[in-house]
Order: sequence, then structure tokens, then C-alpha cells
Amino acid sequence: MTKGLTRYLLALGDDALVSSQRMAWWISRSPQIEEDIAMANLGLDQLGQARSLLAYAGEVEGNGRSEDDLAYLRDERDFLNVCLVEREQKDFGVAMVRLLMFSAWQHELYAALTGSTDLTLAGVAGKAVKETAYHLDHAEHWVLRLGDGTEESHLRMQAALDAEWPWLAELFDNSFVNEDLLLQGIAIDPASLRESVEGRIAGVIGRATLARPDVADALSRGREGRHTEQMGYLLAEMQHLARSHPEVTW
Amino acid sequence: MYGNDYETPDAQRARQLEDTPESFRELLATEGRVEPRDEMPDAYRRTLVRQIAQHAHSEIIGMQPEGNWISRAPSLRRKAILMAKVQDEAGHGLYLYAAAETLGVDRADLLDALHSGRQKYSSIFNYPTLTWADVGAIGWLVDGAAIVNQVPLCRCSYGPYARAMVRVCKEESFHQRQGFEILHTLSHGSPAQKAMAQDAVDRYWFPALMMFGPPDDNSPNSARSMAWGIKRHSNDDLRQRFVDMTVPQAQALDLTLPDPEIRWNEDRGHHDFAEIDFTELFEVIKGNGPCNQQRMEHKVRAHEEGAWVREAAAAFAAKQAAGEGAA
Repeated sequence: MTKGLTRYLLALGDDALVSSQRMAWWISRSPQIEEDIAMANLGLDQLGQARSLLAYAGEVEGNGRSEDDLAYLRDERDFLNVCLVEREQKDFGVAMVRLLMFSAWQHELYAALTGSTDLTLAGVAGKAVKETAYHLDHAEHWVLRLGDGTEESHLRMQAALDAEWPWLAELFDNSFVNEDLLLQGIAIDPASLRESVEGRIAGVIGRATLARPDVADALSRGREGRHTEQMGYLLAEMQHLARSHPEVTW
Repeated sequence: MYGNDYETPDAQRARQLEDTPESFRELLATEGRVEPRDEMPDAYRRTLVRQIAQHAHSEIIGMQPEGNWISRAPSLRRKAILMAKVQDEAGHGLYLYAAAETLGVDRADLLDALHSGRQKYSSIFNYPTLTWADVGAIGWLVDGAAIVNQVPLCRCSYGPYARAMVRVCKEESFHQRQGFEILHTLSHGSPAQKAMAQDAVDRYWFPALMMFGPPDDNSPNSARSMAWGIKRHSNDDLRQRFVDMTVPQAQALDLTLPDPEIRWNEDRGHHDFAEIDFTELFEVIKGNGPCNQQRMEHKVRAHEEGAWVREAAAAFAAKQAAGEGAA
């Protein structure tokens, strides 16, 4: 049970941490200054969620691991984030399509988790649900503008949507959630969010004059610690300094 | 103001021939604020546009050296602080472009001037951030020097610039304390951390001193900017103020400033310090610094790769406006 909760918290925390790491890449590389600021906000919110969730995971686990131990000293196979968020996103269209998917899912998830019987988790969700409402709004506006902007932007957004869509399904994978957590009202079954999340996304892409991709789901197994090849580089960059100086304070 | 603000003597002479409106002279004489709709000499307007734009460009380019460490920050807390700091710099850039726009220029044109090299940014950002400690040294020394330069600008004769600087200075002062705290942690940490901190200070000290610009006897625009109430103190005075402020802080950090000639001079009531070799500054201004090319390429690439996004946003807004017009 403790192990199940730790794993659940790590998975949600890793989603937020890894997404934040990708989001932060945009700071100084955005299409305009306002967006540099927005990307920093999004990344900071996600980083804040990650810190709360990882710190709590360490507490529940009971082995004295801090948020930094969990972020910096775990290896790739121990990270439980979905593959959706770990892949490079150096195209603004990809970044906004992915944010639409991820924030739609996070928003539904956190909204449901505000009713968790675990009061710490409910508290984290209570803060995060407000943040993800803004993230979703931001992503929706950009997908609309870019989908229904110029001919070029329309083509690019359709390509981005086609590329990201196969990685959406893993958000609804519930194989990593311990059944007892569901029975006790601590966790939310991600599969139960599918209809509302997909409905939300479908509404936006329809208004953005984009077509729902007709593509197969990717074999995405991040929840089992089986990642894409891009994950190793992300961690190598993120962790190297902390690992080069073990046992020190920063 | 960052030591890149030069123009030819001919251009200066041409500008001094221009008339100065009476109302403008009165405002300056009474320490009033010039506001966007007030009469002002064209040369005053042009000087301000150039200075504010250069300041805005510096904030924007300045995001890069520190942004270089966001992905590698050694703790999640430090990562969050650094992201927020670089975000603040983007915010400063925005206020400053907005302040420049009150003088009748357009942000897009100023960015074009930056991208084509017609306008400059502070040379300090052409140095690389090689270690995590550089993030601390930039906060402590570079932001520290910027504050000394910028606090007097809160009383600048041009209202929108002065008001923007009030907020900028508050945030810069917060950044300076963060930088100090990073270095303090390192200098009281492991021997490797302390060495990292010392190395960063060794590399950033003289470039930070050069941020105040060339010595007063070689600073072509200073006198006129002072007469216009844009500049309040000379380069050398500000540099001295910075040294006096920083020496005791270095002692508190238990780090050494890389200048054996620094010592308190009882007669002057100031610290003496070594004569600065400005050859390097002029090389960096000419474009030969370690990162000049990299910083500009990064900025221009981001701008070009974002063009389709800005075009689409404009097209979408136009469609929406047309739709509303039709309805």
C-alpha cells in the first residue's frame, strides 16, 4: 500500500518534472517575449507540482529520500513519467499540442484528486488544479490561433497533432495504479478520465479546423520505466552536476 | 550605460546644433519629469531611444547566459529560483521596450536593429557561463553593478524610463541577494564548490567593473546625458561606489577579489583598486568576445523560427476582427 502510493506519487511527480524540464528549454527561445514569460510560468508551475509530489513520495516511502534525491539520483528505468512529456519539443506547434493534451489530462486528474481521501495529495491537487486551468487555457488559445491562422501554421499544427497523438493514450494507462488506492479513494483511475479529456481536446482541435489523427497508439511504456531514447539525455543533462558532487548542499 | 554607448564625434556635433524647447529646459531646471507628450529635443529623444533600447536588448540577451544553467541547476529549489529570475529578465525587457515605444518607436523595429547589429546590448553577456558558480557570480557582481548603474535612473528626467527602473531595480536587488546566497553556499561548501565560486569571481570581476563604461576622460556622451538629466553620476564615480560596496561583501563570502591592489584609502574614504585594462572591453564591443556570435545567433534563430507563429497569430486576430465586423 505504501509502495503503491509512493509509485503513484512518483509517476505524477515525474510527469510534472520532466515536462517542466522540456518547457524550460523555451525560455529565451520563444516566438515572442510574452511567450518566454508564459513558458517560464508553465514550467515553474509544473516544477512546483513536481517538488510537492516528489517530496511527499519520499515521505511516504520512509527511506529519508528528499525531492532532490528522487529527482537527481534515480536512474532512467526508475522514472515513471509518460513518454509524451519526455520527447524533445523544439517546435512551438508541438509544444502547444502537447501542452493541450497534458494539461487537459492533468486538469481533470487534479480536479478529481481534490477529493482524495489523502489530505496531502488533495492539497497538492487543490493548488495544481488552478494552475492547470491556466495552462489548458493557454494551450487552447494557441492551438486555435495556429490551427486557424495561416496555411503554413495549419499544416504545421496538423503535423504536430499527428506526431503527438500516438503518445496520448498512455495518459490513460492504469496498470501502475494499485487497486487498494482506488478502493480507499486516495488515487484516481486514469482510465476514468479518458472520455472527458479526449472530449475536451476534440472540441479544441475541431474549432482549430484540425482533423483528429487516424493513427495507432505508440507502444509507450513510461509508466513501467521503459522510456524513449531521448529520456537518457534529458536526465544526463539534468542530473550531471548534482551527481558530480555527491553529499553537498547547493 | 553598459560601456557600448558610443557614436562618432561628427554625429555628436550635428546633434548639439539642434534647438532646445524652452518648456524642456524649464522641466530640467526644476527637476521635473519629461512625459511622452511633452516637447523635447530630437537628440534627447534619440539618445533615450538608443539607451532604453540597449537596456531592453541587454535584458533579453542576458537571459541566455543564465538560461544556460536552468536545465542543469543542481537542486530543484535552485532550478525554480533560476527560472523565475530569467523570467524576470524577460519582464524587464518588456517594460523597457514599452518605455521606448512611448518615444514613438516600435518594438519590432528595435528588435530588427538588435538582430542586424545596428543596436547593441551590454558586453558583459558576451562572456560564457562555464560553471554553476557563474550563475551566482552574475547575480552578485553583474546584477550588483547593474543596480549601481540603474538606481540613479529611477530619477532619470524621462518619466516612463524612470518609473520602469523603479520596478526593475527592486527585482535586480532581489537577484543580487540570490547570487550572493548561491556563492555563500558554495564558498562554505566542499573544497570543490569553494574553488568553483572563486574561479567564477576571478573571471567576472573585471568584466563587471567594465560595465560602468570607459573612464570619464574617455566617455564621449556622458556630459550631455548629465545635462539632460538622463545620467546622474560619472562612470568612474559609479565604479568606485560599486567597488566600495562589493569589497566587504567579498569578505563576508570568504572569497578573494582578483586584484591585489585593492585596499582602503583613508584619505579618499574609498577603496583603491588597480587600473583597468580596457583593451578587452573594446575587443568585446567590436564583436570579438567569447560569445558575441553565439548570443546573436541564438536570438536571431529564435526570432526566425517563431516567425510562422507570429504571422499566424496576426492572421487569426485579423480573421476574428473581420468576423466581429461582419456580425
